[in-house]
Amino acid sequence: MKRLQISDHIILLAGVFFMVTPVVLAFLTSTHDAVTIYRTGLQYSIGDQGLSAYGTVLTRAGGFTKEVNGMVMLKNSLILGFGFAIGKIVISMLAAYAIVYFRFPMASFCFWVIFCTLLLPLEVRILPSYEIVQKLGMVNTYSGLIVPLIASATGTFFFRQFFLSVPDELLEAARIDGAGPWKFFIDILVPISKTMIAAIFIIMFVYGWNQYLWPTLITTDESFFTLVRGIKQILQVWVGAQIPDYDQAMALAILAMLPPVVIVVVFQSWFIKGLVESDK
Amino acid sequence: MWRACPGNRKARHVVRGEAMKKVQFNTPAVPYLLLFPQLAIVAVFFLWPAAEAVRSSFYLEDPFGFGSTFVGFDNFVDTVTSTNYGRVARFTGVFTFLVTILSLGAALLLAVKADKVLRGASSYKTLLMWVYAVAPPVAGLIGILLFDQHVGPIVKFVALLGWHLQIGVDYYDTAFAMIVASVWKQIPVNFIFFLSGLQSISKSVQEAASIDCRSGFRRFWTVTFPLLAPTGFFLLIINITYAMFDTFGIIDVVLKTEPGNNPVTLVYKVYLDGFRGNDLGGSSAQSVLLMIVVFILTIIQFRLIERRVHYT
Repeated sequence: MKRLQISDHIILLAGVFFMVTPVVLAFLTSTHDAVTIYRTGLQYSIGDQGLSAYGTVLTRAGGFTKEVNGMVMLKNSLILGFGFAIGKIVISMLAAYAIVYFRFPMASFCFWVIFCTLLLPLEVRILPSYEIVQKLGMVNTYSGLIVPLIASATGTFFFRQFFLSVPDELLEAARIDGAGPWKFFIDILVPISKTMIAAIFIIMFVYGWNQYLWPTLITTDESFFTLVRGIKQILQVWVGAQIPDYDQAMALAILAMLPPVVIVVVFQSWFIKGLVESDK
Repeated sequence: MWRACPGNRKARHVVRGEAMKKVQFNTPAVPYLLLFPQLAIVAVFFLWPAAEAVRSSFYLEDPFGFGSTFVGFDNFVDTVTSTNYGRVARFTGVFTFLVTILSLGAALLLAVKADKVLRGASSYKTLLMWVYAVAPPVAGLIGILLFDQHVGPIVKFVALLGWHLQIGVDYYDTAFAMIVASVWKQIPVNFIFFLSGLQSISKSVQEAASIDCRSGFRRFWTVTFPLLAPTGFFLLIINITYAMFDTFGIIDVVLKTEPGNNPVTLVYKVYLDGFRGNDLGGSSAQSVLLMIVVFILTIIQFRLIERRVHYT
């Protein structure tokens, strides 16, 4: 029995080693200067540079991008993450509320139209989506960045399921008390959905923050770059550079992953609940 | 995951879109008002582009913007018969297969062990799942550093074994780096689903099994594994979709945005032909072919969810 336990721990530790080491190495390497890294390879200890590469990435324009610094990219990433998550939750809660709680002729038609969007990821309709956003003059705007990403109905589908699991008696009671649709939504449905909203918020924030392809196409103006989008810039500078700024590249990678990782770890139980129950 | 009891009618109706509340509001205009934002976004940013993709797949567009000619199925015929497309499609197949199998296998092993251990269970869980939050291109960036020609420890390590690993130069080495980074990124999701699947197997079933069957290994294959099968099928579809579409960021970064002779997936080729090659018709035809693949996968996925209700 004891030996079995030890082999279990060895397998788990190997798994942890595989998952954690790359990021630890990236962090340790970011604390050394580029020349040292170039000469001796990735670093396995904390270097004499400390966190100065992070300061450089956050405050100095130039290097990877010519006009913006990391603070601007951080701001844009936050706008994308929050804008996407909040927009998606508001829009999909309203739509799900209409579909579940109202009797109207077009209900199932509307549901199927929205449901259709689950069928095609943005990646497969990327070119026409880009052209349409361009026609609408939304290139290099926050709305062009955020709104087309909201088109997929994952959130609506999820809230619909949740609303269906809410007992009918709640609405009956509310109607006896004379509550209208709006009052019922704000005073009863939103409060009981709190945990679900939190879970979906975390998933959507991470999804929005981590977007790469869409921001790459839609933002050509550097002042709209997000941290994840900034990685593309690193690569373009790397090709042809004599000694690439390994330290700054790793600092940017760590900065780009830090906020979503912290959120997922801190709100772990909500996040897992949302992920496992939404199924998508 | 629906935690419905077997044969729960309501849950099945949910999947078919037939579910109804017994009591509903009857206000005529309000539901349309509530639905308007969602429907407007779907119409403008989903239906319109999807229709546009289908339309332009039948046209040959002038790259300088001087109109377009209807060419029927020519774009599709050109796409499917080109040797390059066949090569990319084969690579996508192999890549998808390997990423799916490796990340599902590793995650299942880790989930089974994490479900078993008592000490440190929650630390293991946290340490194995946090990579979920790392963006694919960030995973790719750390990947190319580990595989870097000058500084990469993996390159140095395999050199000891006599493998001269060169990403960006050697086709198979590049593919190897892409697969490792993609598997790394995908293990956490699979781990979370498998672990929650394992934890939802009732204790009485496990106890009964441990009385009947003393070999832990056999018990896993005859009792636990079949109970996990619905989760596994569901994850299979999720993973295929991931490997085909969501790995774009990893691939783009590993290629340092210059594909050259290196392996690319079908989605990457849609992007390359459309945005770099200006071959709008060809790119759209490839989009439509991929839409068909996704469509089939989604239908399977929903059938599975419907079936899964009976299991869990």
